[in-house]
Amino acid sequence: MSAGTVLELNNVSRWYGNVVAVNDVSLRLPAGVTGLLGPNGAGKTTLLHMMSGFLNPSRGTVTLGGEPTWRNPGVYRRLGLVAEREAVHGFLTAWEFVLASAKMHRLSDPRAAAVRALEMVEMTDAQDRRIETYSKGMRQRTRVAAALVHDPEVLLLDEPFNGMDPRQRMHMLELFHRLGADGRTIVFSSHILEEVEQVSGTVQVVVAGRLAASGDYRQIRRLMTNRPHVFAVQSSDDRRLAVALIGEKSVSGVEIDTGGLTVRASDYGSFTRALPRIALGQGIRLRKLLPSDESLESVFSYLLEA
Amino acid sequence: MSTVAYITARGLFGRRRALLLLPLPVLLIGLALLCRGYDVNPSDWATPVLVGLGLAVMLPVTALIVGTGVLGSEVDDGTIVHILTKPLPRRDIILPKLAVAVVVTAVTSAVPLFIGGMLASSARLGLGLAVGAAVGACAYSALFLLLSLLTRRPVLVGLVYILVWEGLLGRWVSGTKVLSIEQYVITIADRIAPHVLATRVSLPVAVVMAAVFVIGSTVFAVDRLRSFRMAGETS
Repeated sequence: MSAGTVLELNNVSRWYGNVVAVNDVSLRLPAGVTGLLGPNGAGKTTLLHMMSGFLNPSRGTVTLGGEPTWRNPGVYRRLGLVAEREAVHGFLTAWEFVLASAKMHRLSDPRAAAVRALEMVEMTDAQDRRIETYSKGMRQRTRVAAALVHDPEVLLLDEPFNGMDPRQRMHMLELFHRLGADGRTIVFSSHILEEVEQVSGTVQVVVAGRLAASGDYRQIRRLMTNRPHVFAVQSSDDRRLAVALIGEKSVSGVEIDTGGLTVRASDYGSFTRALPRIALGQGIRLRKLLPSDESLESVFSYLLEA
Repeated sequence: MSTVAYITARGLFGRRRALLLLPLPVLLIGLALLCRGYDVNPSDWATPVLVGLGLAVMLPVTALIVGTGVLGSEVDDGTIVHILTKPLPRRDIILPKLAVAVVVTAVTSAVPLFIGGMLASSARLGLGLAVGAAVGACAYSALFLLLSLLTRRPVLVGLVYILVWEGLLGRWVSGTKVLSIEQYVITIADRIAPHVLATRVSLPVAVVMAAVFVIGSTVFAVDRLRSFRMAGETS
């Protein structure tokens, strides 16, 4: 990919009336696979819509290779999009759908391009059936084929793994890796950590419309792992357990009330290993152990504060 | 046929709403045959059937179903994004869609009107009505295609135009006739088959205003499509 095809967001904000959906985001997306990670409602879709030219930023600029994406259909020569909404012409077969895409791109050999794209997503066997008869995963792969038919330098995908079974998901990830390794920019959004985990690329974490973390996935994962964890604990003797726990290195605080203990641990793994050992040593029976802040939102909020 | 026109036509006839195109032409021809069969004086039924039903209802309603069907349905279900993510000038999307809408509306309306005109009077009246319907198909289709991009309820707004603006205000407020496609259609039909239909605007006004509707709506629609914003969650 030439250096001129970098997707770039400069101080981009987007608001709807009084609601700020995206707040001052600056991003530079070079070749490779990038996961756009964040909880539902974080602003990922709004960002992807602006990147793909389907939404104008209220402030800032979104450019592809230096050209604005908004009101500029020419960018679709270099950009492919798989939107979140599963909208396909169900009355067409996958072959007709992908071939129509190739023709609308005015490719020199649309049939060859359609064959190649359908092979890439393993849809050749079912290509002559109407799309409305497909499973969700097959529809998704057909849409990816249509977005790839013109061999774009940038491919944007909004929640692409929705409805895919694990094997299809793995295949799609391999395809993304292959395309990324070929020098293309692949950007996909997801609210599922495990999906992004399997992509050995860059991660942009979006929380409440802001860019909360950015960089290599492993670094961000470490940040997530090292955040304080809160557990609700009930035992046969809460007061004695609290005394014993406060001496444990991985515990950063203990509160006691009528419902049991609220324990703050700095390291999830060390604490969950130490707790049964301490309880056994003290002869205390554990009745309840519940991590109370394991929602994705809390993980993302922590990143925002970090 | 361009790929956009092919997908548009397949989409239009692949939906159940295409069946809505049938009853009004069938009703018009049926009424004309009935009146002819019972030897009713044409001066008693030609105006209510051909103008009251044909030009005031069948033509605009057909254009509304088709005009909003070729674009509004794709905007509604999101399939328009598949076409918009292509490096096509937006003109190359609007024009084929408009062409499909015009052809389908014109054929669906002009044929029964031609038959109705022949049964009422002569082939000349039939021709006048058919030509008027073809011009009306262009103007109505361009207007309703534009409405698909201006509002999320193009059918409702279109019905308000047909029923309130043309049907109600057009009868009582003379100034509104200048902005009534129905009046242009009647004037053009009357020019070909004089003294049968009562016209209310002059021919130059009818021709110029019909052209203004077609060109203005199309240019505006192309511009609106360039600024198409993706609907859906704003997360």
